[in-house]
Amino acid sequence: MRTNDVILQTVTTIVSFMIILFSVQLFFAGHYHPGGGFIGGLMTSGALVLLLLAFDIKTVSKILPVDYKLLIAIGLLLAVGTGAGALLFDVPFLTHAYNYFNLPLLGKTSLHTAVIFDTGVYLVVIGVTMTIIQTIGVSE
Amino acid sequence: MINLPLLPIIIPLFTAIILMFFGKNVSMQKWIGAIATAGTVVASIVLVNTVRTDGIQTVNLGSWEAPFGITMVSDMLSALLVTTTSIITFFVLLYSFRSIGKDRERFYYYPVVQFLLVGVNGAFTTGDIFNLFVFFEVMLMSSYVLIVLGGTKVQLRESIKYILVNIISSALFVVMVAYLYSVLGTLNMADISVKIADVDQPGILTVIAVMFLVVYGLKGAIFPLYFWLPGSYYAPPTPVLALFGALLTKVGVYSIMRTYTLFFYHDTGYTHAILGWLAVITIIVGCIGAIAYWDVKKIIIYNIIIAVGVILFGVSVMSPESLEGSIYYLIHDMIIKAALFLLVGVMIAITGTSNLRKMGGLIKDYPWLGWTFLIATLTLAGIPPFSGFIGKVLLVRGSFAAEAYIGGGMILLSSLFVLYSVIKIFLNGVWGVPKEYDGRNKHNAFYLWGCAVFLVILAVAYGVGAEAVRPLISQASEALADPGIYIQAVLKE
Repeated sequence: MRTNDVILQTVTTIVSFMIILFSVQLFFAGHYHPGGGFIGGLMTSGALVLLLLAFDIKTVSKILPVDYKLLIAIGLLLAVGTGAGALLFDVPFLTHAYNYFNLPLLGKTSLHTAVIFDTGVYLVVIGVTMTIIQTIGVSE
Repeated sequence: MINLPLLPIIIPLFTAIILMFFGKNVSMQKWIGAIATAGTVVASIVLVNTVRTDGIQTVNLGSWEAPFGITMVSDMLSALLVTTTSIITFFVLLYSFRSIGKDRERFYYYPVVQFLLVGVNGAFTTGDIFNLFVFFEVMLMSSYVLIVLGGTKVQLRESIKYILVNIISSALFVVMVAYLYSVLGTLNMADISVKIADVDQPGILTVIAVMFLVVYGLKGAIFPLYFWLPGSYYAPPTPVLALFGALLTKVGVYSIMRTYTLFFYHDTGYTHAILGWLAVITIIVGCIGAIAYWDVKKIIIYNIIIAVGVILFGVSVMSPESLEGSIYYLIHDMIIKAALFLLVGVMIAITGTSNLRKMGGLIKDYPWLGWTFLIATLTLAGIPPFSGFIGKVLLVRGSFAAEAYIGGGMILLSSLFVLYSVIKIFLNGVWGVPKEYDGRNKHNAFYLWGCAVFLVILAVAYGVGAEAVRPLISQASEALADPGIYIQAVLKE
């Protein structure tokens, strides 16, 4: 008999959005408050795992057609690329740069290349977590 | 260029990432991997040349000044080891093209080899003790993948053993870094050295020194911490085995060299005496193993352990001459071990077995293989024109000058056992009565031999051209014998 998990699925659709928003908040807070790419990435993959629990792998991969192994590679490329960008300016590897900009809506904001590095970390963490969970999930 | 010492780390790192995009496109992976590794070799040779002319090169990552940021330091020793590593990886990579098989290639074999190169080159270059740990982990993670990739029964069993041992030693490494940090309050190697000299190495630092010996001994397989090595190295296929045998244990040996010459040189009567005795017993154990087996892979694997003992005995003597011998022997051993494993791999590819009793008479159909193997064995044992000789002469002279007669004698004696163990392979496998063979990879034998023979040529040139290499080795051993040079280059005081 198929169990009907309509409550779980309805709650999941709402809650997973909240978790993802929280993870993005954690990610951007990283420089001034506790948080950062690692915990943000884990939290996002937590939301994805909740989706996997409520639905099945096929449905989730239809909603989010992402190859997580490629995500790891893209994340690494971002992180290493940010570090290697320093080579172009003939300063030591991983030297970061920042400045203040007046953005519309946000006002005076500091933009730092460390955020790009952290985005790389964020993507790698999501990619690794989801690859592990999905690989274990489909193997017999 | 300011980032030159980093290029041998960054190039394979980028390559590994790019190769991950071509998961199933094997021929693309081969091309990119080979070209990029050749680039790494070129970069590291340029690095050696720069270090030769301009002295020790340092990079402060992220432009943070020396004790506060991570500093990458290329002195002559690390530059030479990086070059050797890159060259060996290049030829092993070429060897893998025809021997590793489609199944492994399609599951990220080539990216993982690049990551291994990142880890090893990084561990040789770094000037920060915790960063050394991180690069150890990069190297070990890649080696975990390589040892288990393919998923045969013996690989699964041995990889569990290997991972267990290495996780324990890594945890111990972290604990030791924590102790060191709580005593000294710094992680930068040059700064650690200065601070230890300031307090003149009290008892707690001697304890930490011995515990570091345990940590690196587990990685580098010294007695009594070598127990995992013969089984674990036996499991993976030949190219992986060649990478492991040539590179992984040598990183542990390098770390002992670095810490025992840069940090803990104040109480040598205790720490270096322990190292010396352990090295002697390591040689003995290796000799026993090397002559006991009738399996070609096992024999060469035990020869790794002998070499680790020989190199470390030179470190324990701590005279400039013995250090020079150690460095010379270290590089010689990396090259010739890789060459021997690859040659043994060719024999296995032809015969389809690694059991020496089932081989024989290879010289009749494969004379090129047989004679190359003979030269490689003579090189390994240290017969005069070849490269094993000079290192051992320096080591023996150094230890006799320091009145360490037992160790020096053991080094001499071990050469006999090494020669006996590999000549046994030659006499039984290559010489003798020809047999019928049905090795599955027979048709590729000439290609595989072609990759190995370059390393043999390199080893021979390293011995014959010792006069040309000697200034580099002397420069490397100067920085080891006098920590002031290293500290000066990093802290720029």
